[in-house]
This record gives sequence, C-alpha cells and structure tokens, in this order.
Amino acid sequence: MEEKEVLVKVEGVSKKFSKDLKTGLKYGLTDLFTNVLGGGKPDKLRPKEFWAVQDISFELRRGECLGLIGHNGAGKSTLLKMLNGLIRPDVGKITMKGRIGALIELGAGFNNILTGRENIYNNGAVLGLTKEEIDSKLEEIISFAELHEFIDMPVQHYSSGMKVRLGFAVAAQMNPDVLIIDEVLAVGDLGFVLKCFKTIDSILPNTAIVFVSHSMPMVSRICNHVILMDGGKSIFQGTAVSKAIDLYYGKFANSERTVVMDSDLVSLEKVEILNNRGDELMPILNWKDKLEIALTFNITGLKTYPQIKIFIFDKEQRSAGLLYYQYEEKQARDGDWRVVISHENLQFSKGVYNFSVVLFESYDSQPLYRINSAQNFQVVHDVDSWTPLLLEAQIDYENN
Amino acid sequence: MSEQRVTVYTNQGNTSFLKVLRASISDIFNSGFLARQIAIRDIKAQYRQSYLGILWAFITPLTTALVWVFLQSTGTVQLTDTGIPYPVYAFSGTLIWSIITGAINAPQMSTSSAKSIISKINFPKEALLLSGIYKLLFNAIPKILLLIILLVIFGVDYQHSAWLFPLVMLGAVFFGFTLGLILTPIGLLYNDISKLVMTGLRFMMYLTPVVYMIPADGIMKTIMEWNPFSPMILLARSVLVGTPSDHLGYYFLVLLCCVPILLLGLVFYRISIPIIVERSSS
Repeated sequence: MEEKEVLVKVEGVSKKFSKDLKTGLKYGLTDLFTNVLGGGKPDKLRPKEFWAVQDISFELRRGECLGLIGHNGAGKSTLLKMLNGLIRPDVGKITMKGRIGALIELGAGFNNILTGRENIYNNGAVLGLTKEEIDSKLEEIISFAELHEFIDMPVQHYSSGMKVRLGFAVAAQMNPDVLIIDEVLAVGDLGFVLKCFKTIDSILPNTAIVFVSHSMPMVSRICNHVILMDGGKSIFQGTAVSKAIDLYYGKFANSERTVVMDSDLVSLEKVEILNNRGDELMPILNWKDKLEIALTFNITGLKTYPQIKIFIFDKEQRSAGLLYYQYEEKQARDGDWRVVISHENLQFSKGVYNFSVVLFESYDSQPLYRINSAQNFQVVHDVDSWTPLLLEAQIDYENN
Repeated sequence: MSEQRVTVYTNQGNTSFLKVLRASISDIFNSGFLARQIAIRDIKAQYRQSYLGILWAFITPLTTALVWVFLQSTGTVQLTDTGIPYPVYAFSGTLIWSIITGAINAPQMSTSSAKSIISKINFPKEALLLSGIYKLLFNAIPKILLLIILLVIFGVDYQHSAWLFPLVMLGAVFFGFTLGLILTPIGLLYNDISKLVMTGLRFMMYLTPVVYMIPADGIMKTIMEWNPFSPMILLARSVLVGTPSDHLGYYFLVLLCCVPILLLGLVFYRISIPIIVERSSS
C-alpha cells in the first residue's frame, strides 16, 4: 500500500516553563526583547525553570491517529498547544501541512449574553470559517447540536451539555487536515459522545488526528499510534497501543486496599489467588483459567456465616462482574474462617483487574463489611480488546 | 492537495523583521470578517445588558467639561478668553480627548478581553486590533453627534472646514492607537502598565489644551506646545469652529513619526502573543 503523506512532523521539540510567576514574567519580557531583536531563546534552563516537554519527536500521516497519554502534568496539553501554534517550542521544530483544526475547549469565546445563532457566527469566525461557509452550514450546525428550539435564546441559559454540543457542531464543520482533540469528549452525555465518535470516524481517513485523553477505551478505539508521556518525556512510543496502555495503567497499579465499612464482628485477614502464574504482588492468570480466590476472615460473635460478594472491576474502575454462588445460612463459630470462591473458565480480556469484597450478615441484608481493591490480578492473552469481557465464540459457515 | 499551506513552528530565532511584518499585514487584511464579528459581538453584549447604553460612552467627558464650565462661569478659576463660547471649548476638548484616550486603550483592552480565546484557539490575533478600531469608531459616532448638537445650541456658525473634522480625528485615532499598540505587549504581561497609562493620561490632559488654552508664556507654554497631544486637539477643534490653526505642520510631523512606530508595534505585538499565552495560559 502506498504510504500517505506526512502531515505532522515534530522534531526534537522541548518547552520549558517557570515555576515562579514573577520570574516567569521577567523571562517573558526578556524573551520578548530578544525575539524582536531576532535572537532565539536560550535553550538552557534558567533558574527556577523546568522542562514541561522534552525532546519529543514523531511523524503523523493522513489517516493516522496519535494518542497522547500520561498523568496530569505529563506535558500533553503543552505539546498540544505547541502543535496548535498557541505557544512556540523553545527547542526543535514542528512542521504541519494543511488546515489545522483544534478542539481544545469547545465553545471558547462564546458570549453568554448573545444567542446561540449569534455565537455560531462568532465561534465559526474565530475557527477560521468565512461568512459564506457559516451561512451554508448553519442549518447543519443547528441540527447536529439538536438546538432548533433554543437557537435564539441567550447562551447563558444553556446547560453545559448544550454549550458543548453547539461548540462541537461548529468545530466539526472545519474539515481540517490536522485535527487536535484535547479531552473535550469527556463532557456531554453518552449519546453526544457516540455522535462525536461517528463524526471523528468519518473524517479520520482524510485527517491526521492528535488525541489526548485519560479514557483508555477511547484511546484504544480510535488511535493507532501512542505516545506515553511522563514528566515531559516520551517513555513509550509506537503502534503497540495496548502495550502503552498497560504501561499507563502500571503507573497506577499501587492502588491501596481500603476498608470502607468496618465491623467488630468480622474482618478480612488474608486474600490469595490460588492458581497464580505470577508473583504475590501481581497474580497472573491466563484467559480461560480458573479463578480461585481464597479468603480468610476472623469472626467474633457472628450467629451465621455471612454472605460474600466479590465485585470485579477493570482498570478503568468500571464494574466487570460479580462472583455469584448459592448462599446457605450456616451456624458460625468464632475464630478464623477460610473459604475458597472459584469461577471456571474466566473470560476477561487481557488487562489488570481488581476486586472488592463485601460481606452481608445474611442473604441480601445489611452489608457488614466492605474492602475495596482487596487484590489485583492480571489476565494475559494475545487478543486486545477494550471491552472487559472476551467471550469465546464459534462460527459456522453454513453456505459453503 | 497540491497547494497546501505549510506551517512551521520553531523557536523563531531566525525570523526576520520584514517577514513578521508582512505576515502581520496580510493577517490584518484577511481577518476583516472575524474582526467585524468580534466587534459586533462586544458591542451587542455591551448594550444588551444596559438601559442607559450609549450614555456611558460620554458620561466622563461630559462631567469633566461640566466641572470646568462651572468653575469658569462662577469665576472660581480665571481662564484666558478662548475666542469661542467657553462651554463649546470645554465640551469639544473633553470629547475629542476621550476619543484619543479610547484609541490608546483600544489595543490593550481588546486583546486582554480575548485572553481566554487566545490561549485556546489559534486565529489571527491582528483581528483583535482591527475589532478594537471598529469598536472605537462606533463609540466615537455618538460623541461626534453630541458635539455637533452642542455647536448648534451655542450658536457656532457652520464652517466648510468642519467636513475635515472626521479626517483630522482619524489622524488623532491613528496617533492614539499607535501609542497604545507599542505599550500593549508589556501591558499584557504586567498590569502595572495599564494603571500607569491611566494615571499618566489624567495628568497629561492638563498638559494639553483640552479645557484651557496654551498660556502666552512660561514653562507651561513650552511643554504644551511640544506635547504631541496638543496638535491633535487643537487642529480638530479649529476645523470644527473655524478658528485659524498654526499647528498643521506639527500635526503631520507627529503622524509621520507614528508610521514607523506603528509598524514596529505590529511586529512587537505578533511576536509577543505566544510569549504572553505561555506566561498567562490557564
């Protein structure tokens, strides 16, 4: 297949910021004069400065989508601002081809007193559309935003979701060659997010997209390149999206066990995953392995053994499942109580999971005791899926 | 796909003065629609939330003039005869002065009010300057109308030269805007600048023949004659009421000096925006 043209080329880009406002302003003033006099900014750190982005390089072709992931403060937004031309790199070079569109903050520049219709013209003009373009696309914008009824109402009475819808509807009309998206899709309800994805899917073949998000399912859904940033540097870069995502989650793996509901009657002493292929810290299971969880409780004064519910969450903290067994009331004895709860044929997709343990005094009564993130475990498999379940299926070819 | 715009961002150490100037001027010409849109937005927003609306535009010059008319008519202060009815002198002075100070404040105001968009969307920032001029001219119209009404009320005879008044005012706006533009980049970094300018202008008004004439001798005469604000006010007033003016030469000299300063200001402004965004980005 013929390689498509490179639309974004970033070569060794770095940016420094000042930790202190007054010093920053002073440096700004110095930079201002050296720039006017034609000199470049010094590429060494001055006192109280740090590298917000350091030595980032990549190329992006038409039809490709780059995901920028990393913790808050890793330098993603700073890099985006440089790509968008809002601030200049201190070191390195960025070359972009074609029309550049940015969804950095939807509806920036909306004036609250003016109506939705008036704001479409303002926002469109700021985004670089001509009057004719806006005139011809006005109806499309209004219907995309689903705001027919309220388009002549001042924007200050809009809900935040309505504002975002209007902002995206205008921005979606840009037909850019390069599109920069910064977490804007995190707001808005599900229907709107799906609509946005549909729009992005339809423009992706003709566009190079740079996408910043903390939502890994979104990243794995649309990106085919990932840069994982930490402290301004790229610590992973490439097309192995799932590997980057695993690394990203690994940075949060030390989530701590927390007892959120306590009781004098019972407490959890020990958690074990029995057929563990990894180490104590991160038990590993293969896909379709048997999941066996051994729990040891200390009981003082309970009449019957409690009902145990184990809730499993994926790395996004989305609920993935509940281990269910038939509960029977049984006389309890004080002291240690060990149980093994197991599940045959675990069909979670690859990734890191954790579970919470909740105890109920008897069947579906008041909860007694709850511990969150009681234990992590990792499922290993070749297939990547951003869904928590990877269900084994068969296919029958009936016609041939 | 053949002719695609290529954008390059570097630490811009190698960009030349002329290149930046050319880019700046071409952006001014290409951002007419955006500038108009911003100006309309701001003007609408300004008046939609107010009943007195346009009145606020000239409440300050009117009260200043009223104070001086009162001081003069009660004999509290003794002023040299201006040759025209004193209220006409004072009102024309303060109204023209307020248009010039408006021009000085325009570039800084229209840029800092757009700070939140500047740090999020990349658009030709020169549109903000242009929209500042549009807003300025819009606000000047009622002031000029009011001035004409006052001239009629006080029985000043119609002069053919009055038709030159808008042209003279355009020159005065050009002068004020240039001054404001050159201060804007620093003013956006430090709030002190705009406070300093405001205080300075209040002081400057009394070094300019706004509410009284240039005295016949003394140190004040020298200062006021050298003051580049003076020919703006004097020429504008004299074409309006038809008094002879010997400030034409100095007026054009000041405007001529403004041209290179304005070009420098445009370059300064364009270079400063990314630096200001990074120092103040939210």
